[in-house]
Amino acid sequence: MLESIKDKVLSGARLNRADALALFESDDLFTIGNLASVSAAARNGRNAYFIINRHINPTNICVNRCKFCAFSRSKGEEGAFELTTDDIISRLEASFSSKHPITEVHIVGGLHPEWTFDHYLGILSAIKKKFPSLAIKAFTAVEIDYMSRISGLPPEAIFKALKQSGLDLMPGGGAEIFAEDTRNKLCPEKISGDRWLEIMETAHNAGIKTNATMLYSHLESLGDRVDHLLKLRALQDDTGGFQAFIPLAYHPVNNEIGGFHSSGIDDLKTIAISRLVLDNFQHIKAYWIMLGEKISQVALFFGADDLDGTIIEEKITHMAGGRTGECMTRDEMVYLIRKAGKIPVERDAFYNHLRVYK
Amino acid sequence: MNRIDKASALELLKTSDLLELGSMADEIRKELHPEGTVTFVVDRNINYTNVCINKCTFCAFYREADSPDAYVLSREALFRKIDETIALGGTQILLQGGLHPDLDMEYYIELLQSVKERYQINVHGFSPPEITYLAEKHHITIRETLMTLKLAGLDSIPGGGAELLSDRVREVLSPKKIKSSQWLKVMEEAHRIGMRTTATMMFGSIEGPEDIIEHLEALRNLQDTTGGFTAFIPWSFQPGNTELSKQRAKGEGQRAKDKSEITNHPPVINIATAVDYLRILALSRMYLDNFNNIQASWVTQGLKLAQVALRFGANDFGSTMIEENVVKAAGVSYIVSKEDIIRAIQRAGFKAAQRDTYYGLVRNF
Repeated sequence: MLESIKDKVLSGARLNRADALALFESDDLFTIGNLASVSAAARNGRNAYFIINRHINPTNICVNRCKFCAFSRSKGEEGAFELTTDDIISRLEASFSSKHPITEVHIVGGLHPEWTFDHYLGILSAIKKKFPSLAIKAFTAVEIDYMSRISGLPPEAIFKALKQSGLDLMPGGGAEIFAEDTRNKLCPEKISGDRWLEIMETAHNAGIKTNATMLYSHLESLGDRVDHLLKLRALQDDTGGFQAFIPLAYHPVNNEIGGFHSSGIDDLKTIAISRLVLDNFQHIKAYWIMLGEKISQVALFFGADDLDGTIIEEKITHMAGGRTGECMTRDEMVYLIRKAGKIPVERDAFYNHLRVYK
Repeated sequence: MNRIDKASALELLKTSDLLELGSMADEIRKELHPEGTVTFVVDRNINYTNVCINKCTFCAFYREADSPDAYVLSREALFRKIDETIALGGTQILLQGGLHPDLDMEYYIELLQSVKERYQINVHGFSPPEITYLAEKHHITIRETLMTLKLAGLDSIPGGGAELLSDRVREVLSPKKIKSSQWLKVMEEAHRIGMRTTATMMFGSIEGPEDIIEHLEALRNLQDTTGGFTAFIPWSFQPGNTELSKQRAKGEGQRAKDKSEITNHPPVINIATAVDYLRILALSRMYLDNFNNIQASWVTQGLKLAQVALRFGANDFGSTMIEENVVKAAGVSYIVSKEDIIRAIQRAGFKAAQRDTYYGLVRNF
């Protein structure tokens, strides 16, 4: 049944919507995995990437209440927090002066009702001033839209200012699932899928590389997943600004939607099908903090070529019942990748090779 | 299908692609279990004592007899645990403990009789090291020991204590524990008197691929002779709080410690990753052609990888491990209910069914 898809993949032809749907509906795990491996090898050889990084969540106070989120709080509510710029600097200081200093900081947070656009700019410039060599990957399209609304500036101007203050690239969060009906049930207050894509396009046009994500295994249909991937592929055709795609497995704990964890098999298939459909994306990331280090390692046989970072202190997934550790050492990353028969490549934020562990 | 020999199994384990191994194992699993059902047993792991004279280097459970947290479970506590097991639909208790120097045959007979007097429940108990210890203590044969325990109420024997059936490996891991030949002898005697047993393998310590093949070969040979094994359960060494991991921490190349240069120091201990687990599981499915059932170990691998294992040769989800559920003490990493197990099986694309000790159907879901 997957024969024609196999031919297409092996000849480098593009898969269409029906192909992608047939892959999701198939339980031929091994054919799907093998095809994704072929596709990954053609792009990245045997390399498997990781980065020494850390996360900073400046605040969990958020004006939105997405139903799948266990992280957000209102100001004054128990568990609400906001970091000062000094707090952020001192956390980074510790990670920067360690034996294996971080090369990237990943910053995403809530939509704080009182923060001004200048406050965000202040965070960036303080970090850049203190750590000029550190790549700042910050703010999802949702936060960018919020900055645009609170400042009255269009996204173009927002990006210009953020870049001047030190923004290097953007993560891919907030995409969730583009399908309108599903998105309205999941996160009615969040920007639409089209708006997310528009902001990413603006970022790319401003010379800012970004990632892209998809939140799956909640209320969406397989068709929703396919449509999501196709929209990303279409934008990537236009801009080429996406570095990596990261499928995010929904976590069912401590939120309003409930439901169940995705199966390990679904996780692997979703990675593999993403690799096959997103033929214009260089990298597919198995984000270990959400999938667990075990499934992420196995995902290296299903088309993934990146395990993300050492991370240090992850909050958003863990508040939703994530049970993985909150950090992984460099040696653990190297060990996991080697044991999968791949070549560990420590990268910087832009996928330049910093060290290849032969 | 032709039987895989040792040489080609070794070649497969060393060089074949993970997905190639997996798809071969998956085909075999489909042939053996075409109905697409994955089974599990509802049972409770009851450790009657943690005092043990063996002190295996990979074990975090044992205590010295005079240790402040040494214990021998009281009858009241035992009965309460069995009551809870039955209330939760359990059909079996897994009764295992350390080699306690002060417990003799009389203790075991009374223990078994007291359970059987009160409950209709399968007692799956006492791995080969415990059986051997009792036989030696009373200067009786293994067969006599097994017969005595059987008459007192023992139904079947768990496959623990096999670790790796390679004396080279055992010499390091568990020098005081019974040798491979003794483990196999206990199982053979048990099978001969009509008791069914399982077989396990603990990998991811200091073994090489040859040791794994040696283990599988020994099991396959005995199964050819007796047919008494119900299932094979491979699982990986869990390094937390063990003597082996402490030894390793002093050595080179360990995984979790931050060493500036790990490339020149091969790990002393080959901690098994998910990929190793799936490879060994798949190879086991292929090699053990006379075993009907292979268990996925969600306790050591987590539910997600256990789901994946169902496509790499496993057809059984093992036990619901009520103990971990009832004792909701802080620090228990997996709190998994029967419903979680059923859902995990279903979401992996299989029908879920509760089974008894002998893989007979108890209930479909």
